[in-house]
Amino acid sequence: MAFDKMKLRDIEVWDGNFAAAQALRQCQVDVVSAYPITPSTAIVEGYAKFKSDNFVEGEFIMVESEHAAMSGCIGAAAAGGRVATATSSQGLALMSETLYQASGMRLPIVLNLVNRALASPLNVNGDHSDMYMVRDSGWIQFDAFNPQEAYDLNFIAFKVSEDHDIRLPAIVNQDGFMTSHTAQGVATMDDDTAFGFVGTYKPMNDMLDFEHPVTHGVQTEEDWHFEHKARQHNDLMTKAGPKIDEVFADFKKLTGRKYSQVETYDMEDADVAVFCLGTSVETAREVAKEMRTRGIKAGVVGLRVIRPFPFAQVQATLKDVKAVAVLDRSSPNGAAGAMFNEVTTAMYSAENSPLISGYIYGLGGRDLTKVHLVDLYNELDTNVKAGKVTTPLQQFIGVRGPKLAYL
Amino acid sequence: MLEIRWHSRAGQGAVTGAKGLADVISTTGKQVQAFAFYGSAKRGAAMTAYNRVDDNVIMNHEKYMEPDYVFVIDPALVYTSDVTVNHKENTKYIITTHLSTEELKKAQPKLEGKEVYTVDCITIAKETIGRAIPNTPMLGAFMKISGMYEMDFFKTSMQRVLGKLPQKIIDGNMLAIQRAYDEVK
Repeated sequence: MAFDKMKLRDIEVWDGNFAAAQALRQCQVDVVSAYPITPSTAIVEGYAKFKSDNFVEGEFIMVESEHAAMSGCIGAAAAGGRVATATSSQGLALMSETLYQASGMRLPIVLNLVNRALASPLNVNGDHSDMYMVRDSGWIQFDAFNPQEAYDLNFIAFKVSEDHDIRLPAIVNQDGFMTSHTAQGVATMDDDTAFGFVGTYKPMNDMLDFEHPVTHGVQTEEDWHFEHKARQHNDLMTKAGPKIDEVFADFKKLTGRKYSQVETYDMEDADVAVFCLGTSVETAREVAKEMRTRGIKAGVVGLRVIRPFPFAQVQATLKDVKAVAVLDRSSPNGAAGAMFNEVTTAMYSAENSPLISGYIYGLGGRDLTKVHLVDLYNELDTNVKAGKVTTPLQQFIGVRGPKLAYL
Repeated sequence: MLEIRWHSRAGQGAVTGAKGLADVISTTGKQVQAFAFYGSAKRGAAMTAYNRVDDNVIMNHEKYMEPDYVFVIDPALVYTSDVTVNHKENTKYIITTHLSTEELKKAQPKLEGKEVYTVDCITIAKETIGRAIPNTPMLGAFMKISGMYEMDFFKTSMQRVLGKLPQKIIDGNMLAIQRAYDEVK
């Protein structure tokens, strides 16, 4: 190969952005088509630097918008390349039309989505509004809680996404700033081991295979559209989950780091649990341990795979819990919380259902403190003792002014 | 858990300093976290950066912190920001200023009764590195006050962290670290 290898220390102190950029380098991504936006900029900037320093053999396509960025990714993926990009917030919003094209065309592309609030008002900080905005786009979605996971999940995403039974694009989410700009110790793989895990990309129906001409992005109307969408949904519902489990198992064999579609912490005997995403999962884990010293059997559930939604695993995880708080870092704007809706739907048909209450928190990067979480666990404990949800179903945490609660 | 808050202006190198310190500490087997609030993200705007250090993996991602150390690397911020916010009884302050500790406490009464050390990181940086980048001298002062590492180990580690810079700049930084170590009071 014509590129240089990079020597890494076993533990590097990287922020989530640089960890993701290093993963793209180690996967030897062929094409990055990108329009940088805060807080994801350093990912594509990192790839571009690696390329200019001859650490990757690939193409960096500078485009005029995020819509064009994803369009470039779609073209490159249809041509038969290993493709990735990164974006956040408004960038994802502009990209959203093309996300549906990518998944409908069954193109394995990895998008690092550094979660950020959506304007207006303008805000560059982390919340999950962008993640939820594209939840129905047909992409597989992983969620990293720290920089290590932002690194690891990129390899896992390529391997799942590029599998010929799957051929669906994948998003790796990480919290804007709280992960993307927070440096922590990251256990690395050497270049050969890392590339060996994802392997050389084998495209399917690639347009540059002139022996087998194919058409991408066709029009179907009412005669075939439904069948295509149904097949895509079927593959997400039946094939993606088992493939993700298989790749998680392979990754554990290689690195010792274990991932599950639904991550559980102190849940074996938990009476009360917090269900959330991103860095909040880790802060909640620390608080749950403290609650246990105060006699409250507290646990934490973190959703590692957002799409396909691990319905059965969520049911199995929560069926013996007495009270659960589902946290949404996004304004539901006129409804119950997005994740609250998903979890309650799963538990409605479960063997047993806990008392479930929803909390809106952390919009625009507002801090979720340990004190907030202590109060929340105490509230759940009150619900357990009362045998019912004693508060409105939707409460706001950490917003100034009079306490807000609905439903 | 050791917790540090940096007060800086965007462009003075607090993020690089916090990440560099995290990198050095990480090589000794400790777990680290370094992050920042960028505020309006404009050069010259007041901002804060943070370090957490522990023996166990750091899972706390809350931004709230009651720091063990406060580093102030721009001399005006003791007047325009509240550098004592979330103070705890044993919080130590290392502040860059041309004033003596006593003069500084008179000028900013909020620091009265607190454990305050002073060092002129700006002048040191100008005279050694050639630019007013006060982050590495602050780390030199921190090594003196905390006794965290031997200077030889710390300087060797920082040479690796600064590895990609021109040799002249690295040499200037080494001098700056040593001078701040010697001059902090």
